[in-house]
Amino acid sequence: MTLQEKNNEEDSPRFRPGDLVTVRVDNPGGHFRTPTYIQGQSGRIEKLCGIFPNPESLAYGGTGLPAQPLYRVEFPQSQVWSDYGGPAKDKIYVDVYQHWLEPLST
Amino acid sequence: MPQVHDRGGWPTDEPIDREEHVLSDWELRVDAMHNVLSYKGLRRTDEMRRAIESLSPETYEACSYYERWTAALEILLIEKGVVSKEELDLKHAELQG
Amino acid sequence: MTSNIGNGNDPSQAGHSGHDHAEHPGMAHDEEAGYYAVRARAMESLLVEKGICSPNEIQTMVDRIEARSPADGAKVVARAWSDPAYKSRLLNDPDGALADLGYRMPENSPKLDVVENTESIHYLVVCTLCSCYPRNLLGRPPDWYKSLAYRSRAVVDPRGVMREFGFQVPDSTEVRVLDSTADLRYLVLPRRPDGTEGMSEEQLAELITRDSMIGVSEARSPQTATAS
Repeated sequence: MTLQEKNNEEDSPRFRPGDLVTVRVDNPGGHFRTPTYIQGQSGRIEKLCGIFPNPESLAYGGTGLPAQPLYRVEFPQSQVWSDYGGPAKDKIYVDVYQHWLEPLST
Repeated sequence: MPQVHDRGGWPTDEPIDREEHVLSDWELRVDAMHNVLSYKGLRRTDEMRRAIESLSPETYEACSYYERWTAALEILLIEKGVVSKEELDLKHAELQG
Repeated sequence: MTSNIGNGNDPSQAGHSGHDHAEHPGMAHDEEAGYYAVRARAMESLLVEKGICSPNEIQTMVDRIEARSPADGAKVVARAWSDPAYKSRLLNDPDGALADLGYRMPENSPKLDVVENTESIHYLVVCTLCSCYPRNLLGRPPDWYKSLAYRSRAVVDPRGVMREFGFQVPDSTEVRVLDSTADLRYLVLPRRPDGTEGMSEEQLAELITRDSMIGVSEARSPQTATAS
């Protein structure tokens, strides 16, 4: 397989554990797996879960390529929900595909 | 405004109903049909999710779990040309007697 | 990519009132031959007539799905409690660890990940978008796991939800919600209860409930198990 072919098949991971990211705010007008409540939130990459065909394409009979790195991203609960009732250390983890993530801009 | 299936954080104080219902035969078979068709490459999980998400919000909320699965199966079978709406309606009427 | 969202596909409107179901969501309709029960039978008949699948294939699949239960997960957890090397393998290579106990996940099975509950960290699993669940290991999810109430509340008020299940998590413990919405399915490895030293794997498995492997509660204590 040439490098070019590989690039068409999957996107290379852009992020590493510990990187700070922001989830894009979007409604691509079809099937997607990024819950609305987490969009626009900033979090920390916990780990790369693997590289998987893109569900936004699979849902319509597509190939799912280029496959997307999938990350488990950690968010502080008290940041996600302004009225969160539990301790400040509580977290929520969501698995997010790479094309939904951007490096955190400060 | 999130779509109807995108449920995380929707405002509700409704308690979690922990009563289990015994699955009817048709529910068991709808579950199995989805799985069999998946093995045969005729149905993907993401297609099925997309079909469920295409139900109107009213239908989504009114339907039980396997009713949604049934509605999704119909959407996919028709879309893929496996069955037509007409023959399905005909068979439905026949079974209803 | 085109969108079907909002088109309002509504198969129940074809000459039948879907309202019966609206009033009794989640009830068994087979006896009254509700719209969807008949619709499902009609699809099955056509699939069989067209030679796409046989009634036998469907029945075999029903039996296969029915054969899976939380007892499978409990065996895996009991082994992990009893054997530190196995626990470490389960956390790092779940598929390999399951294969060690004779569980071979089907080829198209979603990837399984295992998270460990400790005194300081407590995981709870939900799928806010649909009903993602480690079915191949635990069987079908319970009705409450698929309910709109659980899917709405588990992310925003996990401690309140756990209290409803009779489980008060101390403030000293960090609660971690896992929203399982993509390609991974999560199994929670619950904490081994106190007072279980010297128990066999079979005895331990009795304490490991389905709910403790979802993370909405803990494993049962030997005292509770004896009392019930």
